[in-house]
Amino acid sequence: MNEQQQTLWEFMRQQSDKLAAQTLQHIGLTFISLIIAVLVGLPLGIWISRKKQFAGTILGMAGVLQTIPSIALLGFMIPLLGIGARPAIVALLLYALLPIIRNTYTGITGVDAAVKESALAMGMSKWQILFKVELPLAMPVILAGIRTATVINVGVATLASYIAAGGLGEFIFGGISLNNTNMILAGAIPAALLAILFDFLLSRLQNLHLKKVRTATATLPALLILLASLYFIPSAYGGKLTAGFTPEFMGRRDGNLGLQSKYGLKIHTIVISDAVMYKAAYENQLDVISGYSTDGRLKAYNLVVLNDDKRIFPPYYAAPIIREDALKRFPELEKTLNLLAGKIDDSVMTDLNYRTDYLHQSPEKVAEYFLASRELLKPSRNGNAGIVRIGSKIFGEQYILASMYTLLIKGYTDYDVVTKTGLGGTKICFDALINDQIDLYPEYTGTGLLAILQPSSKIVDSLTKNKNETFDYVQREFEAKFNIKWLEPIGFNNAYALMMREKQARQLNVKTISDLKRYLESK
Amino acid sequence: MITVEQLSKYFGAVKAVNGISFEVKEHETLVLLGTSGCGKTTTLKMINRLIEPTCGTIQIDGKNIFCQSPEILRRSIGYVLQNNGLFPHYTVAENIAIVPQLLKWDSKKIERRIDELIEKLHLSPDQLKAYPNELSGGQQQRVGLARALVADPPVLLMDEPFGALDNITRSKIHAEFKALDELKRKTIIMVTHDVQEAFGLGDRICLMDKGKIVQIGTPADLLFKPANHFVKDFLKEQRLQLEFRAVLVKDIWTLLPHTKKDVDAASLSADSDIWTGMEKFKYHQTDRLNIAYEHETRSVEFKQLITAFYQYQSNRAHE
Repeated sequence: MNEQQQTLWEFMRQQSDKLAAQTLQHIGLTFISLIIAVLVGLPLGIWISRKKQFAGTILGMAGVLQTIPSIALLGFMIPLLGIGARPAIVALLLYALLPIIRNTYTGITGVDAAVKESALAMGMSKWQILFKVELPLAMPVILAGIRTATVINVGVATLASYIAAGGLGEFIFGGISLNNTNMILAGAIPAALLAILFDFLLSRLQNLHLKKVRTATATLPALLILLASLYFIPSAYGGKLTAGFTPEFMGRRDGNLGLQSKYGLKIHTIVISDAVMYKAAYENQLDVISGYSTDGRLKAYNLVVLNDDKRIFPPYYAAPIIREDALKRFPELEKTLNLLAGKIDDSVMTDLNYRTDYLHQSPEKVAEYFLASRELLKPSRNGNAGIVRIGSKIFGEQYILASMYTLLIKGYTDYDVVTKTGLGGTKICFDALINDQIDLYPEYTGTGLLAILQPSSKIVDSLTKNKNETFDYVQREFEAKFNIKWLEPIGFNNAYALMMREKQARQLNVKTISDLKRYLESK
Repeated sequence: MITVEQLSKYFGAVKAVNGISFEVKEHETLVLLGTSGCGKTTTLKMINRLIEPTCGTIQIDGKNIFCQSPEILRRSIGYVLQNNGLFPHYTVAENIAIVPQLLKWDSKKIERRIDELIEKLHLSPDQLKAYPNELSGGQQQRVGLARALVADPPVLLMDEPFGALDNITRSKIHAEFKALDELKRKTIIMVTHDVQEAFGLGDRICLMDKGKIVQIGTPADLLFKPANHFVKDFLKEQRLQLEFRAVLVKDIWTLLPHTKKDVDAASLSADSDIWTGMEKFKYHQTDRLNIAYEHETRSVEFKQLITAFYQYQSNRAHE
């Protein structure tokens, strides 16, 4: 991708709007949760410093919360609070609690007994002692706790983008999905700087002379509230519909960038992880999502794909790719693999995916069921004329395809098969193929084009209009560059797609992306 | 006047204070003396209700202290602690102003009162803006005393007030303490384990052991008429010096020879103790000191003073 050549600075300048919005959201998330954590933690810390018998229990509970992995904690929140800011804030708040409660407790119990006694002996009331003696003297320790909590929150808040709460995690996780280092850094560097900055500022506050702490303690709440309110600025604009896009989709030309440039689609967008996106759409929390056109959840959650009438999503037709030398070694192979060519269309693949993803049937069972229904299933010959090694990427559809090929090869030839399923991603799968670790795996034309060949954007634009051109191009280039052959496509196109709930799409009469745009722009 | 009757404090099965009764007269300094764990500090803290007694009554000027709220009670009782208990986040002036502010004095009045006190306590006005940790131990203790005295409470409670000071600073503060006119108007109860301090500062001493009073009386009573072996043993090690301290020149006046006034000699107050007299001989490198008492002045030699003291001592022992 040519974008990779641009410098980090250029990327950040180009994306400065988004960067600013994400940074503000990030600060906002951090401090909203921090304020609530202080409001909960401080009184709790004071309370257990009075009732020491509860100190162990309370600190223990806060400690346990701290040990829950952040992703898991965010995951627990979704069924309770849905997606968006609320669950993220609650999760962050739970992480911030321990340092605040613990340091309040330590700070207050650490106040010199002679000072407390003299305060009492001079006739101060319980509350006067708390506010004039204990809290001011414990303040450096309490501030240290708040400081720790802030740094923790800046870090954990990057994960908030998984559940559509925004923040710098959008860039970080988008960058990881897109293998775009600039994007990762554009999120990671500001996040790190925020952590360092807040740590530094709070350390200054902590080291102020005790006397000035009194003024500082007064200004701190105001400052926290100000910072917390930053969260609401970027999301101030609402919209008729809400879209939830994966971080990867946000950053792709054949994704949100294309939607904006080719369709001029302006929709209130939140970034969300693929894992919760479909469910959120089903539960009316999102109206439009970016998905894969053959995803089983499409069926499970009753969603429809909007027609890409301007063709910004390149075709992702699946076909087995195989090394030439393997074809020579196993002459029967090409014929056998092509048995599947053109047999599976989008809706069939969606149904098969639904069976594995949603009904939790095993990929082998699903493959067997399909082949049997098409009368392609033959009992295994238990041959030993050589071993074919089949690879697959780490998602359901690929497991199903690998299983089908296994059954076909065993049924129609005398070759034996080993599968190496669950290879991490395109790069890992493709490297395994190149380096003779596997002989074949199912690949998608779009991936071959954009992720492996990475031609200039002009070529990409000229190719993506037509499925055959794309296929011909990758077939030609793979042959020439890697000595790898694309066999005949299986039939379905697992491309990016915009989806809506079927019922809502019907009500709004939205069938294509252009319809969606018109609806959004109508009054 | 403070009246304590049948006062007890039990911590579980431990009888920290076990049914004690005593009285402190107006403007008198009573020292509670004893080893650690004898119940003296517990007794003191029950008087301003830092510790609530198990049973017994305490009256200050005839009023039962348990009838008013502890906060109000404490604002009328000065309290000085061993580790001064100054607020580290308050300046010296703010520390001294705590009680007046609780009593809602106006700021002019507070300022005037602070100025008056720091002069009496030999603190400099520029120290008012300092924080306690910027002062020496002796100065901190003076601020602690100023804080206790600022609202002019009739009663002052002192818990080992000079315990954290080095010997030199302590004796200096002792001298100031005795000279301070503010304190002469106070009814003071002071806790100490230091026998010298008890004898130096106390009008009367209340010697305690295991939660009970062993003997209560003037320093001379304890020295010359000890109630039992415990009292005798308790004072044994410093007996000689204590006796020099406990006996005043006027006490041995009748035993001094009838000599004429010496024009050249320095003078010694009849209210001084013998120890001070002896020091004065050394300090002035002199043979004679003039002592005036009851319209008569006698000129006395060091040897005559000592002889009279020993005579007094043996007379008391045979009373």
